[in-house]
Amino acid sequence: MSVFSAIICIAMVILALVAIESKRLLVSVIMLSAVGLLSVVLFVMMKAPDVAITEASVGAGLTTAIFLLSLRKLKRADAA
Amino acid sequence: MRRLIAAIISLLFFLMLITVLNTETEDKAGIPAYGDADLSSRVSERFVTKSVNGYDGEIVYGVTSDAETGSANLVTSIVVNYRSFDTLGEVTVLFISATGVGLLLGGGKKRIVEEIKVSPVARLASRIVTPLLLTLGIYVFIHGHLTPGGGFPGGAIIAAAFLLMMLTDEKRRAPSKLKILEGYMGLTYVLLGVAGLLISGSFLQNFLPSGTIGELLSGGLVPVVYSVIGLKVGAELSGILDDLACEGSDES
Amino acid sequence: MIQYFSMLLIAIGIYGLLSQRNLVKLVISLNIAEIGVNLFIVSIGYIEDGLVPIISSVNRTSSLVFVDPLPQALVLTSIVIGVGVTALALALIITIGKTKGSIDLTELGSSGGDDE
Repeated sequence: MSVFSAIICIAMVILALVAIESKRLLVSVIMLSAVGLLSVVLFVMMKAPDVAITEASVGAGLTTAIFLLSLRKLKRADAA
Repeated sequence: MRRLIAAIISLLFFLMLITVLNTETEDKAGIPAYGDADLSSRVSERFVTKSVNGYDGEIVYGVTSDAETGSANLVTSIVVNYRSFDTLGEVTVLFISATGVGLLLGGGKKRIVEEIKVSPVARLASRIVTPLLLTLGIYVFIHGHLTPGGGFPGGAIIAAAFLLMMLTDEKRRAPSKLKILEGYMGLTYVLLGVAGLLISGSFLQNFLPSGTIGELLSGGLVPVVYSVIGLKVGAELSGILDDLACEGSDES
Repeated sequence: MIQYFSMLLIAIGIYGLLSQRNLVKLVISLNIAEIGVNLFIVSIGYIEDGLVPIISSVNRTSSLVFVDPLPQALVLTSIVIGVGVTALALALIITIGKTKGSIDLTELGSSGGDDE
């Protein structure tokens, strides 16, 4: 269990660094959603199913949808 | 240059945060080591055995009736019953943010339409999946006191069903009554609290009888409050998604 | 171990807040810091060999060793408030993009600070 959680933690840190340093906004948003999903796995390992369901649906699902819809609106405001 | 300074500052922040861990000794309180929390010295001990007001017996599934709170999910009994005032604050914060998004981006007259058309297979499949998603969302917030979940993820699943309807149908807008429903649900939560004040003497008191632990109709006011919260959060997030997908207001 | 990495996530979020110029990247860094904070709060309540805090037909009595449910209740509130803040921040950024024409901090700062 500890090796598994260490692998997931290292993957989260690497994906977070990619999210901040990337030049394209779309890549950053997808990496943010991936960090959220890996945190759901950690929540389940810490015996917290309520928090895991809430983070998976609200944090990783709807936040990504809100980000992508706003990126589309920003591109249209830029092009117009 | 700017990145180097930012990296040094955040490294110093990290070193400062680390000194907090593993600091619980016999004479000073601090953050205990990971996995070694002592529950008998925390207030959560009273929340787990439902003995905040001094009840002394053991809580058994399916046997104990009329306990202090009736919900089998201990996290739900904290969120909706013991610390229900914090949930009222959270519902208010969500309402403020949805109102802010509606003020800044609202009044859209038509949908933003992409050039890529959705294939008819996806359209038909979404019509089959959407009622299933709605049923899942309603199930999650009705059974909030028995299984993990509750009002907030249930409302988010309902908003995801609305997002699916919006993505595969070009003309779908949110019904105009959605914001009215959201406002009424928030008002219902406050009125439930005032009803508790009038009936039992404390704001947001659980005045319905809490039945046997583990039944569907147990927990007193908890399924009612979670249904109100689930519908409110679903309507709110659907309203935010609808505001973000439309354009064409009074551009001056 | 999880506690150290969650604090590293908070530090990465703060690095993003200090060094990025695009406004949407600032909101993304704020979200990364929030994920780190929620992980840390839930990890305070973890007990080794504790059970999931739900009384069910498998764990029937309340005298078993459960994981601490109070930090989980606080984190539930925190996650939902994080989504609310993100939505309002993105709506403000869209409005800034429409009226000022760019969402870069250096361009916004140099052109709008003349009228004192």
